[in-house]
Amino acid sequence: MAKRKTPMLDELENGKWPSFVSDIKQEAEKRKTSDIDFQTPKEVCDDLLDLLELSFKDREGHWKHGGVAGVFGYGGGVIGRYCDQPEEFPAVKDFHTLRVNQPSSYFYKTEFLRQMCELWERRGSGITNMHGSTGDIILLGTTTPQIEEIFWELTHNLKQDLGGSGSNLRSPNCCIGKSRCEFACYDTQEACRNLTLEFQDELHRPSFGYKFKMKFDGCPNGCVASIARSDMSVIGTWKDDIRIDQEAVRAYVAGEFKPDGGGFAGRDWGPFDIVKEVIDLCPTHCMAWNGNKLGINNRECNRCMHCINTMPRALRIGKETGASILFGAKAPILEGAQLSTLTIPFMPMEEPFNEIKELIGKIWDWWSEEGRSRERLGELMQRKGFAKFLEVCEVKADPRMIKEPRSNPYIFWKEADIPGGWERDIKDFRKRHQK
Amino acid sequence: MPQLEMGGQTYEVDEDGFLQELDKWNRDFAQGYASIEGIEGTLTEEHWKLIEYIRNYYNQFGIAPMIRKMCKDTDLNLKRIYELFPSGPAKGACKLAGLSKPTGCV
Repeated sequence: MAKRKTPMLDELENGKWPSFVSDIKQEAEKRKTSDIDFQTPKEVCDDLLDLLELSFKDREGHWKHGGVAGVFGYGGGVIGRYCDQPEEFPAVKDFHTLRVNQPSSYFYKTEFLRQMCELWERRGSGITNMHGSTGDIILLGTTTPQIEEIFWELTHNLKQDLGGSGSNLRSPNCCIGKSRCEFACYDTQEACRNLTLEFQDELHRPSFGYKFKMKFDGCPNGCVASIARSDMSVIGTWKDDIRIDQEAVRAYVAGEFKPDGGGFAGRDWGPFDIVKEVIDLCPTHCMAWNGNKLGINNRECNRCMHCINTMPRALRIGKETGASILFGAKAPILEGAQLSTLTIPFMPMEEPFNEIKELIGKIWDWWSEEGRSRERLGELMQRKGFAKFLEVCEVKADPRMIKEPRSNPYIFWKEADIPGGWERDIKDFRKRHQK
Repeated sequence: MPQLEMGGQTYEVDEDGFLQELDKWNRDFAQGYASIEGIEGTLTEEHWKLIEYIRNYYNQFGIAPMIRKMCKDTDLNLKRIYELFPSGPAKGACKLAGLSKPTGCV
């Protein structure tokens, strides 16, 4: 015991930032004196630190590639991890990760968090990651015999399910939505929950060629960054006009209300200048201020949210709300990083969400049929072309899908698209054009 | 390397229990493993159908089949496969079929 000597890791405790090394050390010390009935090695945190120090020294990792661990009935949710120096670090010989499906928008009762931590100290390492980038609660490090036990306790006592891992639907994720935010254009929590329940099979039993993520942003501010991180991004939007309270606009100009809801405090930015801080920053130049009245040319608005964020008491999202659906974002793997592409400009988002479910079905069928192993939807879209993707979605090309005119001419006309069609005869063509 | 003893035979397996010496596979190995992977009693015709399909595919292509292809070719849907092999096609069926550990993204 107390074999830990980690000079390189200790460097990571310097500076004013929180340190995962300090956190793990704290847990290691706690485990030494705790009276918890540990089901995993008491020294798990010590061995983990020592192993990481060795990795720094050797400049290479000491976890084996892959590992197949899981619970009966599910193919995902558990990620097998084995150390390649089991004799030297027996407490982390097997150190599996569990992904646990997070509650929508991370609303927890402290009671739940206490129960979860108690479970994880007893049956795991005590180390958690709240939350992984897909959104799950990540429980780091347990042994093979503990996996089924943890799953039983999680589902029966904590009423929480495992999340996604491997080539399946990953745990859907959403922003805080209508529960706290006036910008939310649809109930992101309801959409997230409804689709999670609808696609239980796809979430727990991997059947795709690769992962598939869906995220729900209530408005274009994109608090879960769905446009950058999910194969299907559902982003709230509105069809009608931004609602303006002219009185309140004047109050902002007069300094009665603080811009940005009082954000950017702690420094004197001078009096609020509506022209400099809002009108001139509008990316489509669709706003005007005559000293008394604010005007917005709503046809040109591209939902950047800046004016609404700056003057939330004066400007509100429209009344006819729904979502834009975009597909194909991903981090760089086979191809480089990609943002998702607008496919459905507007879809009402109301229970039972049948329209979006049907759309997902069409896309999964195509992706499963045409996609290569480890090919994300975005890469397949690139390989087959956006015109083909629109055909799969049974959607017509629309100017709103294009960033700017003539920049991405991916539309190929078919004879059926042209009134009257056209006749083509290769022999006739060759009379006029040599080969 | 861990070893597994079944029916008087010793098999070399990896930490997840996947057979390391592929040529040592036989039907007794699969049957012996069944209870460990949550399958009760003797393996049925449906179990063998999937195991043989996986073995044939592996012999031909050197990798485990993709799930969707497996379902299509065997006429077993994914739900049925999980009923037959509760630990799933990768951890259960491939292990009983004597394949080495399938690699995949986490």
